[in-house]
Amino acid sequence: MSKLAAKDIHFYYGDFEALKGITMEMTAHTVTAFIGPSGCGKSTFLRLFNRMNDLVDGSRMTGLLSMDGEDIYARNIQVDELRKKVGMVFQRPNPFPKSIFENVAYGLRVNGVKDSGFIASRVEASLRAAALWDEVKDKLRQSAFSLSGGQQQRLCIARALAIEPSVVLMDEPASALDPISTAKIEELIFELKKDYTIVIVTHNMQQAARVSDKTAFFYLGELIEYDDTKKIFLNPRVEATQNYITGRFG
Amino acid sequence: MSPETKTGHVGRSKRRNQAIAFGIFRVLGFVVIAILFVIIGFIVIKGAGAISWEFLTGMPSEGGASGGIFPAIVGTLCLVAGSVLISFPIGVLSGIYINEYAHNNWVVRFIRIMNNNLSSIPSVVFGLFGMSLFVNTLEWGDSIIAGSFTLALLALPLVIRTTEEALKSIDDSFRQGSLALGATKLQTIRRVILPMAYPNIITGLILSIGRVSGETAPILFTVAASFLSHLPGSIFEPVMALPYHLYVISTSGTDIEASRTMAYGTALVLVAIVLVANLVANALRNFFGNKVKMN
Amino acid sequence: MKKAFKRFLERCTEGLLLLSGGTTSLAILLIVLFLFREGASFFKSPNIESGYVLAVHPENPVNHLSPEQIKRIFDSEIVRWDEVGGPAMDIELFRFSDMVQYVPEERLGADFEHVPAVVDSIVMAHPGMIAFYPEQFVAPEQQLKVFPEATIRPEDYFLGHDWQPTAHPAPQFGVIPLVLGTLWVSLFAVIFSLPFGVAVAVYLAEIASERIRKVFKPLIELLAGIPSVVYGFFGLVVIVPLIQKGFNLPVGETGLAGSIVLAIMALPTIITVAEDSMRTIPRSMKEASLALGATHWQTVYRVIIPCSISGITAAIVLGIGRAIGETMAVLMVTGNAAIIPHSLLEPVRTIPATIAAELGEAPKGGTHYEALFLLGCILFVITLVVSITVEIISSKQKSNLT
Ligand SMILES: Nc1ncnc2c1ncn2[C@@H]1O[C@H](COP(=O)(O)OP(=O)(O)OP(=O)(O)O)[C@@H](O)[C@H]1O
Ligand SMILES: [Mg+2]
Repeated sequence: MSKLAAKDIHFYYGDFEALKGITMEMTAHTVTAFIGPSGCGKSTFLRLFNRMNDLVDGSRMTGLLSMDGEDIYARNIQVDELRKKVGMVFQRPNPFPKSIFENVAYGLRVNGVKDSGFIASRVEASLRAAALWDEVKDKLRQSAFSLSGGQQQRLCIARALAIEPSVVLMDEPASALDPISTAKIEELIFELKKDYTIVIVTHNMQQAARVSDKTAFFYLGELIEYDDTKKIFLNPRVEATQNYITGRFG
Repeated sequence: MSPETKTGHVGRSKRRNQAIAFGIFRVLGFVVIAILFVIIGFIVIKGAGAISWEFLTGMPSEGGASGGIFPAIVGTLCLVAGSVLISFPIGVLSGIYINEYAHNNWVVRFIRIMNNNLSSIPSVVFGLFGMSLFVNTLEWGDSIIAGSFTLALLALPLVIRTTEEALKSIDDSFRQGSLALGATKLQTIRRVILPMAYPNIITGLILSIGRVSGETAPILFTVAASFLSHLPGSIFEPVMALPYHLYVISTSGTDIEASRTMAYGTALVLVAIVLVANLVANALRNFFGNKVKMN
Repeated sequence: MKKAFKRFLERCTEGLLLLSGGTTSLAILLIVLFLFREGASFFKSPNIESGYVLAVHPENPVNHLSPEQIKRIFDSEIVRWDEVGGPAMDIELFRFSDMVQYVPEERLGADFEHVPAVVDSIVMAHPGMIAFYPEQFVAPEQQLKVFPEATIRPEDYFLGHDWQPTAHPAPQFGVIPLVLGTLWVSLFAVIFSLPFGVAVAVYLAEIASERIRKVFKPLIELLAGIPSVVYGFFGLVVIVPLIQKGFNLPVGETGLAGSIVLAIMALPTIITVAEDSMRTIPRSMKEASLALGATHWQTVYRVIIPCSISGITAAIVLGIGRAIGETMAVLMVTGNAAIIPHSLLEPVRTIPATIAAELGEAPKGGTHYEALFLLGCILFVITLVVSITVEIISSKQKSNLT
């Protein structure tokens, strides 16, 4: 059964149509990569899954978007409940100006967890899952800004994992990082696949090829091709995909 | 145990908290804004009764309890004109210097800090200074020129900041474009940069007029006279001024109750000046489609 | 040739620009110079009314009295010499005008030529006496001990509890009541306006729709431009009577009235600065919080307010700074009694109001005049400290968020 499903999604920023009828499904415990030239609507589409675009004034969506078969834009859906289930990691590391510990604990606290023992154990588990525990276990009370960019990004991943979402959305999570940090994040994504459904936007073809099971190629607000990553990279159906992957445009 | 089970019922309470908190903030927001506008409304309504042609163009009589405020209006106009004449050229030139010429960061920072400090000095200190330098040391006496210089100092930081902001908002590509064509720096500034910046600079000028026209403390000891039955003949004479006049007729005088109407009228004229200055500035801002941030 | 001239012109203009750039610095320099020059000569002024001297019996060991001691002696609050470090004796007062009680007027001589001798004999006859009389009657043959000319000491000024610049025989220039009055009124002003100011800032930055914000923001900025004398007038005709009736006071002109008027005046500043700082918080910070399932309100109080705390602090400090320097509005509503405030329902007097109220009456170059300039110096230093603090705090927020 598909974890996430989009059916004929149109999205408008005011009069500008950023997504022009997208239909696709994503299975649980897979990594799906979104690729495509800048401005083609990857981020816009990704942010529909945790309703982040609700914040944009004058935006509008039509179509059906569901998770586990449930319409996530239905009236009775509470956005904060949805976002608990759908975590997000942003392009640039954006830790809060709080301690490392408090950054990870934040999601638990805002969701009403008071039990400090439970919080501590979740913080440790999340930091371990984000492969950061060994580096920060002695300085949990220090400001998150004292970490390097790569560490900060893994902290943001840990922060997203702490509330045990079932889906993790990642918008170019490694684009602001050096190659070593990038490799670590990629490794991590591979690990996380066991427990989470992951959707990742990337501009890095090798990265998409390395980490994802499925790849979707977007162009000018349309989904051009969506298939197994191997197929997309070795034997794409559409010529535009081929051109993009081989760097002939975009 | 997952947070899911722990937080099953929390969602509703946190949404309720949000509703309550935002409700309170909304009410507070509206109350405060309402209070602020009640003040303006009060002045406008009470003052409207006093405004008449005689009030605006007549001479004061009976210690301000009747008659008009014409000399005070003229005095304030003189002071505004004088201080703008002094502060504007200097302010604009120094804004140009900071933004276009000074490359040494240290110099720019120093000037900026001085600027901030100057704008944070209380107006009564300007009054003391003006009295000591212009009135006593330079022996100008209580005069329009002493008052204008004092007020000009007060307006200077404002003019500089506006000019700086106006110049900063112009994209560097225009400068490079002009320089690349072989124009000198000065030509670039005169022919390209200033014409683009001047709407915003004018906006700043108008706002500083609003500010200067209402200042009282700096003119107390440098120019203001409580009652004059004639208009000033030269810039070395004292004048009446609207804000000082309001102070005088509302706090002293033979018959305070009788002066109240006059006081409301004077307050309204002062508010109107600020209001008009802001409206004009806003209109200019919108007209030129540019943004200047004033504060 | 023409080119050289052109280059020369450019140089001139650059020089002119540099000169203008230096104007503010020059202005500050001049302000410091003039203010402190006038202020500093205050400490060269005599500590009693100029033109007069104090004299005691030569065996009295007391050589110096502070203005406060002199005042209290002549107000009969200090009645024994041992209270001011002298012998265990009662103090007897002798003012020049008391002369006729001791000797008939004829004995003073047609041109008062005998006055020095008469004063001398009176004081010599009363070991506990202190005499206050004009300088011109000091004569070398007198046996009494004339106090050496003493100037007002800094501690008399900065630690003095009494501000009575026209008191006899020693004018009192103690700034403590003025400093406390200023701080008192300003502090309460900020306490009153802070919760409202921050609430409105949160409302405008986070809750209100863009349309409402676009209307309200410029209006609030406009309110910051209304002259202070208008706020003072409003306070005088509306707030002062309300306070008088509400608290059943003899007069409504109180510290409370001053604080309320200042609070209203500080609101636009606090709102604008706090709102601006909330809006500089990166969008990503907000999104990160929302993406973790926080509600908007949780995001506001857990992320936005803590992140902009230095901006809010800057707003508070700025508000205090403005309140401390505010002159006209305070002058019109606080009642201006130079007493150390004990409650908000008493009249108080602030430093700027004192300057504004008294400078007109103080003879130019006199002690009182210089004392007022010194008040100006104090005000200048306070606001300088405030403005530097604001600078430091707001640069901290910038570095915190990047
Ligand atoms: N808040 C917004 N308001 C208006 N238009 C927007 C907004 N955000 C994005 N757009 C427009 O929508 C289109 C898609 O943007 P989107 O950010 O989804 O692209 P993207 O594929 O993620 O690009 P990139 O690879 O550069 O991140 C772009 O043309 C962009 O200009
Ligand atoms: Mg994007």
